Amino acid sequence: MEKLPEPKQPEKLIDDKGIRIDGRRLDQLRPIKLEVGILDKADGSAYIEQGKNKILVGVYGPREAHPKHIALPDRAVLRCRYRMAPFSVDERKNPAPSRREMELSKVIRESLESVVLTDLYPRTTIDVFIEVLQSDGGSRCAGITAASLALADAGIPMRELVAACAVGKIQGHMALDLSDAEDKYGEADLPVAWVPNANLVTLLQMDGILTTSEFEKGLTMALDACKTIHGMQQEALKKKYLVIKEVAEEREETEVVA
Amino acid sequence: MSFTPQLPPVAKLEQKTVIDLVANGKRMDDRTADSYRPLQIQVGLIEKANGSAQVYLGKSKVLVGVKVETGTPFPDTPDEGVLTVNAELGPLASPLFETGPPSEQAIELARVIDRGIRESKAVDMKSLVLLKGKKVQVVFVDIYILDHDGNLIDAASIGALAALASAKLLKAELKGDEVVYKPGLHPLPLNNHPVAVTFAKVGKTIVVDPVLEEEQVMNARLTVTIEKNGNICAMQKGGLSGFTQDELKTIVHLAVQKAAENRAKILAAAKG
Repeated sequence: MEKLPEPKQPEKLIDDKGIRIDGRRLDQLRPIKLEVGILDKADGSAYIEQGKNKILVGVYGPREAHPKHIALPDRAVLRCRYRMAPFSVDERKNPAPSRREMELSKVIRESLESVVLTDLYPRTTIDVFIEVLQSDGGSRCAGITAASLALADAGIPMRELVAACAVGKIQGHMALDLSDAEDKYGEADLPVAWVPNANLVTLLQMDGILTTSEFEKGLTMALDACKTIHGMQQEALKKKYLVIKEVAEEREETEVVA
Repeated sequence: MSFTPQLPPVAKLEQKTVIDLVANGKRMDDRTADSYRPLQIQVGLIEKANGSAQVYLGKSKVLVGVKVETGTPFPDTPDEGVLTVNAELGPLASPLFETGPPSEQAIELARVIDRGIRESKAVDMKSLVLLKGKKVQVVFVDIYILDHDGNLIDAASIGALAALASAKLLKAELKGDEVVYKPGLHPLPLNNHPVAVTFAKVGKTIVVDPVLEEEQVMNARLTVTIEKNGNICAMQKGGLSGFTQDELKTIVHLAVQKAAENRAKILAAAKG
């Protein structure tokens, strides 16, 4: 197969009943699937599916800093790489790092810095690798949601988990968690990352046109969604450690029998 | 890969002084939290560029050049010209800058300026088409940082708008396959005037237009770009911590006001 059918511009992003192209209401998230600890070698890992987004995050560290000169005497250096696979988008992405990826690596790192207790591990690095295997709009936010799970899975002390979600404007309405088509043909995109207990927005970007009141409404929608996602993150972590507990109990039982 | 930057040792020693000053309603250069540094704009310094502007924002100094050339459009936008924004944070501007490929700071700076111009549809891209899908005019906005004393984003944004608004070009037309230029200069068609305004959270206080010392100790930074009708057209948060929802609301409203003040100064300077 040489060419897949190209996605066409939908006639309407919202129908007369206020339903979006994928059947969602304006304030509805796409289905989210979270998994923790799915890589063998990485110290921590997580996988997220949000709509058609499929993103894998691996965390290494705290480990010795390489090159040594980037090490800081009073805290760990947090390093982050956001990367999109060449096959993750409609038209093949050149595997060379793009300016967009470099910018996103920076803003994602900055969204995570305030929750990691970096001062416990001076002179080390904590590395976060975000691999977007399939991209469907809102991949930086899904990446942050998964990255904070992977950090927790690596056993790195954190103040709390960071949750992220984008809102946008389509056909004049503020809508939650834009899909690829909605982002492309919509009027604005506003990705937000939130640290719930500290009440801090640690990632905020915007492109498109929004009035100040649309921004305020969108921000409230995004923060509400982040609360929901934060709950899902906690469940995903619990689920992994419940499985470990069950396995351990089973082993204990067989040992007793033997 | 992006990693936590090192803070210069002097900045660490000054940290407490800067934060205490701001907490007491003062600043390094005797400004109030919501006031901007003196702004000076000169246009047309570079005769070989279609448009140019040199901006002094306090002691920060930025030169922006606009060049317009003929090129090919992107396949997904055959009926639009091309806009390219690039930023050079050269080693002459600060001991913090090094030679080599563009740093993530330079890339972020260029992309934030690009977003403001692109999303507000400032440059009339449709008017830059010579032959649909084949030949268009390409607008290069090159930002040169000459002296870094903080808030480069705003200085670059002001410079970019002044350079675009003062840019002049020959009328290009297609004769057969060749591009011919008609005599007589005309202005680059602009539909909007985006202006970036940057805020920093120093301690618990929000200040506008941070100087370098404030940037080095800030918790977080937010740039809000406002277009001519007072709507937001781009935003970018930076820094290691974040903002509360209430702080964001305050910032956005202040940004609208500051952008309007600066826009008037920029357009007056561009007229010459």
